[in-house]
Amino acid sequence: MGEDYKVRLEVFEGPLDLLLYLIKKDEVDIYDIPVEKITKQYLEYLGLMKMLDLTIAGEFLVMASTLMYIKSMMLLPPEERVIDEEDSVDPRADLVKQLLEYKQFKELADHLEEREKERVNIFSRAASVSVESEGAELSNVSIFDLISAFSDILKGAGQEDLREIFEDKFTVSDKISHITGVLKNNKNVKFSELFEKTANKGEIVVTFLAVLELIRVKAVKAVQKKHFSDIFIEMVPAA
Amino acid sequence: MEPVNTKENLKNIVEAVLFASAEPLSVNDILKAFEGKDNVGKKEVKEVIDAINDEYRNSGKPFLFEEVAGGFRMITRPEYAEYIKRIYQAQPSRLSKPALETLAIIAYRQPIIKADIESIRGVNVDGVIKSLLDKNLIRISGRKDVVGRPFEFSTTEKFLEYFGLTNIKELPRIEELSQFSSLK
Repeated sequence: MGEDYKVRLEVFEGPLDLLLYLIKKDEVDIYDIPVEKITKQYLEYLGLMKMLDLTIAGEFLVMASTLMYIKSMMLLPPEERVIDEEDSVDPRADLVKQLLEYKQFKELADHLEEREKERVNIFSRAASVSVESEGAELSNVSIFDLISAFSDILKGAGQEDLREIFEDKFTVSDKISHITGVLKNNKNVKFSELFEKTANKGEIVVTFLAVLELIRVKAVKAVQKKHFSDIFIEMVPAA
Repeated sequence: MEPVNTKENLKNIVEAVLFASAEPLSVNDILKAFEGKDNVGKKEVKEVIDAINDEYRNSGKPFLFEEVAGGFRMITRPEYAEYIKRIYQAQPSRLSKPALETLAIIAYRQPIIKADIESIRGVNVDGVIKSLLDKNLIRISGRKDVVGRPFEFSTTEKFLEYFGLTNIKELPRIEELSQFSSLK
């Protein structure tokens, strides 16, 4: 997709975040994860992230192989499974334990975030305990929400040769100016409306990369009224 | 100098000492102002601070003394934030999700080494740890007695201040949280 832009939105969320996201999205029981289904979806997301050239941490690949290992263990009758030192019969047990522990800390992090929000409105005699923000501000929208929305749009696009992507018909810079233009006249725009109905896959990918780049440089932010609802893109007022 | 222990004077001294301090002052720090004399003890200091806060509230003053990070300090009431922000902070900056998660893990498991944080979060935390150290929200509190003697990390006073905590025990217990679990 041209050399003009290489979008490097660091994927802050890790493989456990992706798994929790999929579990929540499909409303499956964390204690009884349908491994086959979740593995398939996990690999799909990984594929989309690769296609977008997002920097994928090695941990994502490690988790992929863990999932595939668990999947193959599930196929064996219980008496033939290699029982590890924890001597649990369910091959999913370790992963579930890890997910539950991590989920607990995510809740604690939410609690800290709530406290932080309250503290932002309090000033002490010391010229404010300000902490500089780091990383891209996705607000309450995770990268997986964005990829999920992107994947829906991609599915709606006409089937055609994927090589089209590498043609320079649309550049990320063009799409960035297009999106900022649209946002100048509207307070916010539904994420899906940023994509032209007639767009082919190449154009969709380039548009999505433009949105990611705008988020990375904090020119826009993605907001969602509640989890799994429509995503809106809005301008970040210049500081 | 007037005798210290008229009620009014005691109040003025505590108020002045706290006003002059940028950091939270513990009751013991405040007591130093009285050089152990004048029959002023911890109980009196706390009572005086409560009395000052009552006075501020009743007369509609925009500030108060809050207890944080094991001490007291003067802060503005949240109602005035929008005006103050116009001068001091155009956009309040916040910690990122990974930073908050890492802090939560350190707060509950401290002292903890990097490898243990990574096994909970499932990703590398080098960058996050560095930025939390730079922000003074965590510190290196020792080294673990295992191969390689890795650093152990703990939260700081600034962490308590930043989240408005008197001490670390004020955080909810893990068991309390799981009942709000959204996955169940």
